[in-house]
Order: sequence, then structure tokens, then C-alpha cells
Amino acid sequence: MEPPLFRRLTVSAVTTAPFPVKRAPTRAAGPRVVRNPVWVRVLFMTLALGFVGIFLVLPLVAVFGEALRKGLGAYFKAFADSDARSAIRLTLTAAAIAVPSNLAFGIAASWCIAKFNFRGKSLLTTLIDLPFAVSPVISGLIYVLVFGAQGWLGPYLGAGDHPCFGEWFNQQDIKIIFAVPGIVLATIFVTFPFVARELIPLMQAQGSDEEYAALTLGANGWQTFWHVTLPNIKWGLFYGVILCNARAMGEFGAVSVVSGHIRGETNTMPLHIEILYNEYNFVAAFAVSSLLAMLGLVTLVLKSFIEWRHQRVRPANVTA
Amino acid sequence: MAPTIRPRSVLPGFGLSLGFTLAYLGLIVLIPLSAAFLKIAGMSWHDFVAAVASPRVVASYRLSFGVSLAAALVNAFFGFIVAWVLVRYTFPGRRIVDALVDLPFALPTAVAGIALTAIYAKNGWVGQWLDPLWVRGVGRLAAFVPWIDWKSWLGGTIAFDRPGIFIALTFIGLPFVVRTLQPVLIELEPELEEAAATLGANRWQTMTRVILPEVFPAMLTGFALAFARAIGEYGSVVFIAGNQPAHSEITPLIIITKLEQYDYRGATAVAVVMLVASFFLLFAINLLQKWSRRFSAV
Repeated sequence: MEPPLFRRLTVSAVTTAPFPVKRAPTRAAGPRVVRNPVWVRVLFMTLALGFVGIFLVLPLVAVFGEALRKGLGAYFKAFADSDARSAIRLTLTAAAIAVPSNLAFGIAASWCIAKFNFRGKSLLTTLIDLPFAVSPVISGLIYVLVFGAQGWLGPYLGAGDHPCFGEWFNQQDIKIIFAVPGIVLATIFVTFPFVARELIPLMQAQGSDEEYAALTLGANGWQTFWHVTLPNIKWGLFYGVILCNARAMGEFGAVSVVSGHIRGETNTMPLHIEILYNEYNFVAAFAVSSLLAMLGLVTLVLKSFIEWRHQRVRPANVTA
Repeated sequence: MAPTIRPRSVLPGFGLSLGFTLAYLGLIVLIPLSAAFLKIAGMSWHDFVAAVASPRVVASYRLSFGVSLAAALVNAFFGFIVAWVLVRYTFPGRRIVDALVDLPFALPTAVAGIALTAIYAKNGWVGQWLDPLWVRGVGRLAAFVPWIDWKSWLGGTIAFDRPGIFIALTFIGLPFVVRTLQPVLIELEPELEEAAATLGANRWQTMTRVILPEVFPAMLTGFALAFARAIGEYGSVVFIAGNQPAHSEITPLIIITKLEQYDYRGATAVAVVMLVASFFLLFAINLLQKWSRRFSAV
């Protein structure tokens, strides 16, 4: 494997080389001396498949099994509820704002980190990964501290007579915490690094030669980006976006802290699931869950498809 | 490195992209995070200690760290086996199993939480068989070794008690170990094993003396990542934990409870303790990764 140009110094985890790794052919059929005896292979297979079956497959099956326990009628009834619909709408809204924001950020961050050398670059790369190190509950809490009623900005956000602001601003009753903006902000925070951490190693690996060539041939900056850089990074970009989206739609802890749990107004799908579950409305809870589980499955399929196209093994993401 | 902030490069867009990156990072991440530290700066030392070291909070640290440690250890063991099987063996459905390993990243935590509860509750899919076995097993242990309070340590039931937390945290952590080990196992040269075999090592010796030392740094990294994730985990745990005060109450739940009582300072104090712990842990992971790279650099 070629030594990379820049080793990423990150607090978290691009665990090994952040580069496309060629998948070596499976060596089960290698020489006899480097094979485990048959009983060991059987034992390993049993343990591995048993563990995957019990810990991964079973929960997935349970979601659909519980959702369909009382038949299709009860299943679809869960979505007839107006609160469920507004939860779905809010989840889609939050993701529709959070994902493009983090996409724009990811492109800007990877452009300046991968294409230029400047002081403090490794620190910047480290700070981008920071949200993965923060517990979801704390991610919500920090926004309460900034925008909450007792927070830094809280007192200025409500309607009232604030001397430093104009009349129009003082008449507005801006709600961030226990309202939709807080949910969007918390979602942006927890999905912050996804796109950037896919693009930075990818763009570093690709280097800048093609961009130089484009500039020499007379392209301007935007043309270079649109016609040279973007086509090169599109799969990495797509990869980052689907992971970002899955997390944005499924986030529970952070959103739970800032939402206020107002039914039909500030409940996202995961929060709606919690309410239904706590009301012992299990079929509806699992029905809404099954939508998110399907989203997860689609994410996995797309992810495997991209990996298969590029024959690479992904390093682990820290999503703590 | 260039002495000025502006690097010499013919590529355009440095100022724009760096400016946007720093502004966005500052507004979304750095300023809100600093709010937590500034909030506790206004607390007296006495209040801070009272908030972060009350018996109920200390019990939650012990539970969160202890169960996370146990789950990460189990993940390190089974993660190695899963990664080994995925890299070395061909079998029908290998690609599907490989893709499924990432399920805990893709499945929302709340969904995982209620699904695991449905499986392991007393009347659940697996719980109806396993729960009586567990209760009987813990009872036997208590009969043989009566001086340890087994029931409190291991839980009276599986769901709504400590074993449930362990199951949820194991679910959450598995991909970290597998995904860290997989590239290392793929890069492992067959010559190493062949050399060991020519020198007269049997397979057990090759596995324990040649392969395990080679993959150990990656295994430790995966373990640490799973551990770090488990400590902060909330969504999948709250449904299955039972949340009994000072017994099965994890630290993130303590923060939520304090927030619900409008004890913002107390919540922030506990949050800062957790933040510092996870920053330390990630610093350690960073060192581990450098170490494992030094080992894997050929």
C-alpha cells in the first residue's frame, strides 16, 4: 500500500489508512498449512453467525414481527394518526435542512484541508470529529444552555423590550428550544462530521493534479470544482450523505433533550415511537419503527453497493 | 509549512472555504460546547462536587463504565471472530453478513431499544425461555457463593435490569471492532503464517503467537471505540434498562433527569465530567491508532 501524503491526526477514528484498500482474495482455499483445522472453522463460523444472528438479525426481525403482529390493518392504522404524520413530516424537514448544511460544510472543509497547507490544519481536522465524541444527550444539552430560557441568548429571543435591538426584533417571539429550530440544530450537531470525514481522506488521496491541469487550460475556480473535483468525489459524497441522512432521521437522544415532546408539533419519528411505546401502543410503535428500520436497510444496501463498486473496506465511524 | 496563513497555491477558494468552515464549526460546535464549560465555571467547587459526586451519580458512573467495559470486551472477542470469518472464509451470504455488521450504525437507537426489549422481556421472543434460566442461574450462584450480592450485580431479570443494558451496549459496539479489524486482517500477509508453519508451529501457536500480536493494536482500538460509544449511549439503553435509581440508571439518563427537574447546573456538571472522560478516551484512541499504524506500516 502506498504511504499516504498526510496522515490524519484525529481524536477519533479513521481507524487505519483512510484510503481505498484493495480487498484481498479470500484465502480459505490457501495452502493447507495456513488453514485452521475443520473443527475450528466450523466453531468460528458457528460463533460468528450465531452472534450476528442473535444480536443483529433478531432485533431487525423483531421490529417487523411486532409491527405486523395484529395484521396489516393495525399496521397501517398507525400511519393514519395525524400525530404520526406530523412526526414523519418533522423528521423529513429536520433531515432536509441538516443534510444539505453538513454537505456544504463537508465540501468547504475538505476543499481547504485537502487542497491547501496551513497552520493548525491537523487541529482543525481533529475539531471536525469532535461531535462524534460527545454523548447525544450532551449534544442536546449544550443547545439548551445557549438558547434555553435561562441560557445565554434565551432572554433576548422572546418578545420583550431589549434595548440593543430594533423594534421589529423585540416583537418577535423566537422559540428555538422546545421548537423546530432546536431540533434542526441538534440534528446538525450530531451529523456534523459525516460528509467531511468521508471527503477529506478521499480528496487527499486524489491530490490536486487534475485541478491544476484544469486551471492551466483556462477553467475558473467554479468550473474546476464542478467539472473536475465534483465528478471525482461524487461517490464519497453520496456515501457521506446517506450515512448522514440515516443518523439525522434516527437521532433520539439529542433531539429528545431539545424537543419538549409536544405531540403533533415537536415530535420526530423516534420521539413519537417513544411516546407510543410508553403508552403501551406497541403495534403502532413498531409500525413507525419499521419505517426507520427500512430506511436503515436501504442505507445498508446503498452503502454496500458503493463499497462493492469501489472494492474497499470501510474504517469504523465513531458515532458516539 | 508556509509562514503566512495564506498558502501559496494556484488553486482558488482557500479564503472562502476556510472562512465558511471555521464559522460553521464555531457556531455549531465550539461555541455551544464552550457553553457547558462556562456554565460550570460559575459554580462553586462545593456545588460542583455535590452535583457530580452524589451517591446516585457515582452509582451511575460505576454502572455506565462497568457495563460498557463488559460489553466492549465481549465485542472484542466476538468482533475478532466475526471479522476473521468475514475475511478468511467464503460462504453463501457472506456479503449480506458483511453489510449487516453495520446495522447498529444504520438502525436508529430508539428502534433498537424497543426491539431488544421486545426480544428479552419476560414474555418476549427469547426472554420467555432465557429469563427463567437467568433467574435460576443467578439463584444457583447466590446459593454457592452467598457472600456476594449476585442478584444486585447481575440483575433479577434480563430486560429492565442490568443484563438488558449489557445487551443494548453490545449491540451498539459490535461494528466498531469488526470494522477496525477487517482491514488489518486483509493486509495480513500469508507469508507470515507460512513461515510460522515451516518453522514447526502448529495452528494454535500460529494463531496465538503470530496473528494475535499482529492484530492486537487494532483490536484494542476497536475495543476502545466500542467502549467510548457505549458510555455515551442513551436511546437504545433507556427502553431496556428499567432505570431504577442508583441501580440500573446510566449516566446520560442522570443528565436527562436533572434537566427535567430544571437543575441545569447539576446536569451540566455531570455532562462536563462525561465530556472530559470521553475526550481523554479519544486521546487514548488516537495514540492507539498511531501505535497500530506503526505496527502495520510495512
